[in-house]
Amino acid sequence: MGFYIVQTLTGLSDASSLFLVACGLSLIFGVSRIVNMAHGSFYMVGAYLAYFFIDKLPQGPFHFWIGILLSALAVGLIGMIVEVFLLRRLYHAPELFILFATFGIVLIIQDLSRWLFGAEDILGQQAPGLSSSINIMGSYIPQYDIALIIIAPLILLGLWLLLTKTRWGILVRAATEDREMTDALGVNQTWLFTSVFFLGSFLAGLGGAVQLPKGGADLLMDLNIIATAFVIVVVGGMGSIPGAYLAAVIIGELNAFGILVFPQSTLVLMFLVMAVVLIIRPYGLLGKEEAPEHDNAPAPESIIRPASRRLKTAGAVFLAVILALPAVANTFQLVLITEIALFALACMSLYFIMGPGGMVSFGHAAYFGGGAYFAALMVHYLHTPMELTLFLAPLLTGCLALIIGWFCVQLSGVYLAMLTLAFAQICWSIVFQWGAVTGGDDGLLSIWPSAWASNKIIFYYLAMTLCIGGILILRHFIFTPFGYTLRACRDSALRVDSIGINLKRHQWFAFSIAGIFAGLAGGLYVFLKGSIFPDEMAISRSFDFLFMVLLGGVNSLFGPIAGSAAFTWLHDTISRINLWQLILGSIFIVLVVAFPQGIAGSIGSRLNKYFRDPA
Amino acid sequence: MTSNVLEVRQLAKSFGGVKAVSNVSFDLARGQLLAMIGPNGAGKSTCFNLINGQLRPDHGTITILGKKANGLKPRDVWKLGVGRTFQIAASFGSMTVLENVQMARLSYHRQTTSLFKSVPRLNRDHAMELLRLVGIEDQYNRACGVLAYGDVKRVELAVALANDPKLLLMDEPTAGMGPAERQEMMALTSSIIETRNIGVLFTEHDMDVVFGRSDRIIVLNRGELVAEGTPDEVRNNRRVQEIYLGEEPV
Repeated sequence: MGFYIVQTLTGLSDASSLFLVACGLSLIFGVSRIVNMAHGSFYMVGAYLAYFFIDKLPQGPFHFWIGILLSALAVGLIGMIVEVFLLRRLYHAPELFILFATFGIVLIIQDLSRWLFGAEDILGQQAPGLSSSINIMGSYIPQYDIALIIIAPLILLGLWLLLTKTRWGILVRAATEDREMTDALGVNQTWLFTSVFFLGSFLAGLGGAVQLPKGGADLLMDLNIIATAFVIVVVGGMGSIPGAYLAAVIIGELNAFGILVFPQSTLVLMFLVMAVVLIIRPYGLLGKEEAPEHDNAPAPESIIRPASRRLKTAGAVFLAVILALPAVANTFQLVLITEIALFALACMSLYFIMGPGGMVSFGHAAYFGGGAYFAALMVHYLHTPMELTLFLAPLLTGCLALIIGWFCVQLSGVYLAMLTLAFAQICWSIVFQWGAVTGGDDGLLSIWPSAWASNKIIFYYLAMTLCIGGILILRHFIFTPFGYTLRACRDSALRVDSIGINLKRHQWFAFSIAGIFAGLAGGLYVFLKGSIFPDEMAISRSFDFLFMVLLGGVNSLFGPIAGSAAFTWLHDTISRINLWQLILGSIFIVLVVAFPQGIAGSIGSRLNKYFRDPA
Repeated sequence: MTSNVLEVRQLAKSFGGVKAVSNVSFDLARGQLLAMIGPNGAGKSTCFNLINGQLRPDHGTITILGKKANGLKPRDVWKLGVGRTFQIAASFGSMTVLENVQMARLSYHRQTTSLFKSVPRLNRDHAMELLRLVGIEDQYNRACGVLAYGDVKRVELAVALANDPKLLLMDEPTAGMGPAERQEMMALTSSIIETRNIGVLFTEHDMDVVFGRSDRIIVLNRGELVAEGTPDEVRNNRRVQEIYLGEEPV
C-alpha cells in the first residue's frame, strides 16, 4: 500500500516540472503563435544555471531557493533577449521560418552548454533541509518530492490570479483569443510579447531548476522535454493552464506507474494516453476548438503545370550527368552523391505532404529512420536478402505512417506539427531505449547489400534508379486526381467539404504515401552506410529534412532536390569543425533573418519563369 | 413523390440557452427561387448551416429530395444532390478556374484517390461547358487566386453545379458585388433554375434582388418564421413592415 502511495506522490512531483515547462510553452504560443523549439533548451539552461548558482552561493535552505529563483530569472532574461533581438524581427515571416530560427537557438544553446558546462551529466545538489526521506507505511519518499508537489499548484494559483485579476493578464488572454482585435484596440503588442516571453522562459527555467536535485542536468534534456511538453500541451488543450497541469499530472503518474509495467519505454504509454485523449477530445482535455484565424491564409502556391520542353531537356541532361558520374568521381564522392539522392527522396516525400498537402511534419525522421530500422532489423534477425528488404521496409514504414497519420490528421496546423514531432520522438525513444532488440545507442552494424550490388558503383546506380524513380513517381502523384484533391484540401477545407470530399481521409492517405517513400530512402540508407543508429530518427534529423525542403523552396517541385544537395554538402563541410552545431544554428538564424520570405523564393521564381512553356 | 426538393419541419437550434432558430418550417419546390431574409441575428445563417450540414439541429427534420438529411455531414448532404456557394467565396486558389470545376467533377465521379491518371484532361469538356454556362470560359486558364471577386463567385457557382444538383444553397450570392453585377448574377441564377429545373434557397441583404427576383420569400426574426409568401404578400405583411421599419423602403 505504502509503495503505491509513494509511487503516486513521485508521479505528482514529476508532474510539477513538466507543468512548469508546458504552461510556459502554452503561454508563449497562445499570445505570439510561435512554437518555441528553444523552450526545452531554456529548461536545460535552467537546470545548469541552478547548479552553478547553488554551487557559488553559500550553503543553506534560503540560498538554495535563491539560487533556483536566480536561475529562473536568468533564463527569463535569456528568453527576453531572444525575443527582442531575434524573434521580433520575424513576426511577419512565415511560421515555419520563425520555427527555424528557434531551432537554430536550440543548436546554439546545445553547443554553448557543452562548452560551458561540459558533456558530463551533472548530479544535482540536495536541497538543504529537505534531503531526508519520509516513511509512508514502510516506503520512503524524499522530502524534496513533497516540496515539488506543493510548488506546482502554487504556481498554477499564481498564474491564475495573474491572468484573471491583473490588467496584464486580461491583455494576455485577449491576445490569445484574438490577436488582431487586441492590436486594433491599441494594445502595445511589442511590450506584451516581450513580457509573455519573459514569463514563459522564466517558467521553463524554473522547471529545469526545481528538478535539478531529482534529475540533475544533461545535454539531452532539451529535446527530451520539448517532446513531452508538446504532448502535455496537446493533451491538456492548447492555451489552457489548468489543462496543462491536469495533463502533466496524468503524464507524471503514467511515468511513475508505467515504469513498473513496461520498463522499456514509458513513452509508449504516453502515446497511448495521447491517442485516447485525441480520439475522445480532439482539442485536448480542457481545450476549446480553435477559433478560426482572420483571413490570413498563406499565399497560395502557384498553379502547377506539366513539365515544359525546357524542363524535360534539363532533366535529361541532369540524368546523363548522373549516369556518367562514376566515370569521373571517386568512391567517396559517389557515396556522398548517393546520400544526397536518398535525402532528396526523403525530402520529396516530406514536400509531398507539406507543399501540396499543407501539413507540416516536424517528425519526418520517424519514417526515414523507421524504414532504416525496419530494414536493419529484418536483415539482422531474419537475414532477409537486400531485394526483399528494400521491398518490405517501405511497406512497413507505410503502415507506421498509417498509424501515426491517423492521429495527426485529426488536428491541423501547428497542432498537427506538434503531434508529428511527439510521435517521432516516441519512435526514437523506442529505438533508443529498447537496446535488447535495436542495439540502443550502439545501433545495428554490418548490414550490407547483396553480393551483386556490393560494388559501390553498382550500388550507386541501384540507389539512383530507386531514388530518381521515387521522386518522379511522387511528382507524378501531384498531377493525379489524388494530388489535386490534396491541394484542394489545403486550399479550402470548406469548399472541399461542400463538394463531397472527405478531407481527413485524403490527408491520411497522403501521410502513408510519404511514409512509404521516406521508408524506401531509409532502407537504402542502411545499405549505403552498413549500419544504423538512433540519431537517424532524432528530432534534429527531422529538422534537417525540413531545412532541406525550405532551403530548396516549398513552392517548386524540384526544390527538395536542390535543398538536399545544398544541405548535405554544407553539413559535410562544417561537421568536421568543433562547435559545428553552433555554426549550423547561426546559419539557420542568419538565413531566416536575411531572407524572411524564403531562401529559394526569389531564385526559384526566376528559374520557374525560365522553365515555363511560352504561353 | 413530391416536387419538393427541400422540406423543413419544426427546425430548432439553441446555442447555450439562446434559441437561434425555433420551430421553423417551410418547403422549396423544383424550379423555385426562395429567398430567406431577416434582420441581423434573425437566424438566417444558423438555418442555412442546419440545412447544409454544418450544424446539427436540436429538433425537427430536414428532408432533401425525399431523404432525411438531419445531422448529415456537409459532404454527405452534397451526395444527396445539393450544391453550395458561400458568403465569402471559397475556391481553390492554387488551381486554375477550369481545374476548380474539374475538381468537383472528380469528386462526383469518385476519382479523388486515383494515382494513375493525370488531371489536366479529365472531365475537361464537361467543366468547360459549366464555365460557359456561368460566363467565364475565357478565363479558364487563370489561377483562381488572382480573379476579381465577382468572377470567383461565378466559379463557385460553376463548382456548385458540377454534381448536377437538384437543390442549390446560396449564402448571399451577391455579397461584395456592384449593383449591375448583382442583377447579372441573379439573372444567371434564374436562367439556371429554369433550364435545370432545380430549387434554389438563398439569403440576401439586397432587397432589390430579393423582391425583384425570387418566387417566394420567407422572413425570419429572432429565430422564428414570421412571414412566408410571394414578394407582394411579404411586402404588404404588417409584421414584416414592423421588423424592417426604418430600413430601406421595400
